[in-house]
Amino acid sequence: MTREITFAAAIREATDQCLQADPRVYLMGLGVPDPKGIFGTTTGLQEAYGVDRVLDMPASENAMTGVAIGSAIAGQRPILTHQRVDFALLSLDQLFNNAAKWHAMFGGQMRVPLVVRLMVGRGWGQGPQHSQSLHSLFGHVPGLKVVMPSTPHDAKGLLTAAVQDDDVVIYIEHRWLHGVVGDVPAGTYTVPIGAARVAREGSDITLVASGYQTLEALRAAEWLAEDGVSAEVVDLRSIKPIDEHAIVASVGRTRRLLAVDGGWRFAGVASEVLAIAAEQAHASLSTAPRRITLPERHTPTSWPAAQRYYPGVPEIVATVRDMLGLPPQSVPPQWRESGYGDQPSPSFRGPF
Amino acid sequence: MSTIPARPADAADVGQSLLYGMLRIRMVEEAIASRYHHEEMRCPVHLSIGQEAVAVGVASALDRRDAVLSTHRAHAHYLAKGGDLRAMIAEIHGRATGCSGGMGGSMHLVDMEAGFLGSTPIVGGSIPVGAGVAFASKQRGDGRVTAVFFGDGTTEEGVFYETLNFAALHRLPLVFICEDNLYSVYSPREVRQPAGRDLVALGRSMGLAAERGDGNDVRLVRDLATRAVARARSGDGPTLLELSTYRWLEHCGPNYDNDIGYRSEAEFEVWRERCPVERETARVIAAGEATVASIDATRLRIAAEVDDAFAFALASPFPEDRDLPAAYASPLVNPR
Ligand SMILES: Cc1ncc(C[n+]2csc(CCOP(=O)(O)OP(=O)(O)O)c2C)c(N)n1
Ligand SMILES: [Mg+2]
Repeated sequence: MTREITFAAAIREATDQCLQADPRVYLMGLGVPDPKGIFGTTTGLQEAYGVDRVLDMPASENAMTGVAIGSAIAGQRPILTHQRVDFALLSLDQLFNNAAKWHAMFGGQMRVPLVVRLMVGRGWGQGPQHSQSLHSLFGHVPGLKVVMPSTPHDAKGLLTAAVQDDDVVIYIEHRWLHGVVGDVPAGTYTVPIGAARVAREGSDITLVASGYQTLEALRAAEWLAEDGVSAEVVDLRSIKPIDEHAIVASVGRTRRLLAVDGGWRFAGVASEVLAIAAEQAHASLSTAPRRITLPERHTPTSWPAAQRYYPGVPEIVATVRDMLGLPPQSVPPQWRESGYGDQPSPSFRGPF
Repeated sequence: MSTIPARPADAADVGQSLLYGMLRIRMVEEAIASRYHHEEMRCPVHLSIGQEAVAVGVASALDRRDAVLSTHRAHAHYLAKGGDLRAMIAEIHGRATGCSGGMGGSMHLVDMEAGFLGSTPIVGGSIPVGAGVAFASKQRGDGRVTAVFFGDGTTEEGVFYETLNFAALHRLPLVFICEDNLYSVYSPREVRQPAGRDLVALGRSMGLAAERGDGNDVRLVRDLATRAVARARSGDGPTLLELSTYRWLEHCGPNYDNDIGYRSEAEFEVWRERCPVERETARVIAAGEATVASIDATRLRIAAEVDDAFAFALASPFPEDRDLPAAYASPLVNPR
């Protein structure tokens, strides 16, 4: 039986089931029990599990990350939330120096089963300090796993897998996915960390994306199909470990590769995808692989500038056409972005 | 040596200028709130209605050349320090004529002329930067004092304590202003700090002068700030001021939110009774420093100024990409 719920509800359900299943699991973060409940992902959980297992915390990101680590090595399984990736930057010392290394640094005697939920902001003037996409930064450090779901189904399955995992898992959720609706089984299930999925099959080119950019890639594939171009979309789902096999297999089928990433270009996930293809699928490639990433500058607050800042469907389509040697095409009316480009949905009324 | 901007010529005395500064902030914030639903201001706004006395009282103790740094909730600090109103409203509208050229919006205000060196919304982020500005003043002997504003929630960040320590160690010409409005977003004090936290005792034990006061009493704030600034300017080191106040509107946005469950209408009513603008109004009228009619006339002038600022913003162009600053101050090129 299928059942449609939002991405946010899927996160809430996974958290609920994990708290229910395992008394060692607890949830902590700024605003977790407040009336907004982290965009609806934690609503009602404190009432259900009590103030010791579902709690607010001081605005002390670095210390609280250390506290979570300490509780984890002592046998608990914390889920820590931050409403923006940018706020978690205060905790990088604990994450990179302690969480990532504690297991190996002491001869493998301890584990850090910690989940850190980070939200990527976009739209309604989030600006330079509330919109960063730093998944590649976390992926860079050995000892951290990084997942980035794009569907409600995977949001639930990956969060459950992350909580059950014995390592540190950075769980990155894009704000514009919270309202997306999709099929989610009611029972407990996991989506394996490290396994990409083919979100759409195709034969002319492979688009590798993750998180919110998967939706843009899928829309681009739809538009391309109208012009007879068959694009395959690989949704990475996990950044670390990245599914090298899925990338190589898809490029083997399509012989072309475009990596679409929501982060900056330098040493980013798109660069990693291209490096994997260069090393392992070189013979399959019929044309130079390319990357679509954020421009090398900071997110402007002004909405028209922010609209230009984020690459989306038109940029993907134009790049694919260029790679296939097709002439440029003006954007047909049905694919034109309507409105301001700074709202996750037309009903959104700001501010975040 | 007030820095309250554009003080009208007929309001020469201090009482009315403090009132003027607060009224002006109140009316600007109310205009933002009432026009927000037009959806032209497409960025988060953290309004300061109810907290005007802290900004105005502190700024009245500073010279124009003194420096201020602030947070996500910066409109009042910016205006009190003499920041340009048109440039602020244009910035909130994302226009090229905004004080940050449309890059920053409400959460990233700046006015170099007025000594307002920036506001940032990462909690605690601007506190050590303020200390750095004060450190430069000490190194250069320029006689400038720096004030950093932040909220009660911000005292939970490690960087706050680290900065207190350094500022005390080097006797920096710095004033820390904690605006205690009881909440950090929707989280009350009880879930963030143990009962009985005494920030003043804490500041003193760390080697700072520290005082607490009613942040809705603009004259008290001015007096506390004046002493703190004098200490800083004479080389006697930093002061921590804890000023109690209350934010009337929601944490972020234009609405009242006493109904969503984290605080009560009754609590709000208690604080509304302590409205800093009304208190100062009553005081100047009782002292014969102003009349209801003269205050009404002032209001009309401010309303015209506010209307002008919004008209200026709405008539201004949006920035083109070439107008927006690059991430680097110098070109990112490889030498050939
Ligand atoms: C490092 C960091 N953590 C969390 C946040 C989210 N946040 C934004 S404003 C705010 C409240 C801060 O409270 P306080 O310092 O009391 O300021 P107030 O909003 O009450 O003026 C929080 C937690 C943030 N912006 N930065
Ligand atoms: Mg506060």
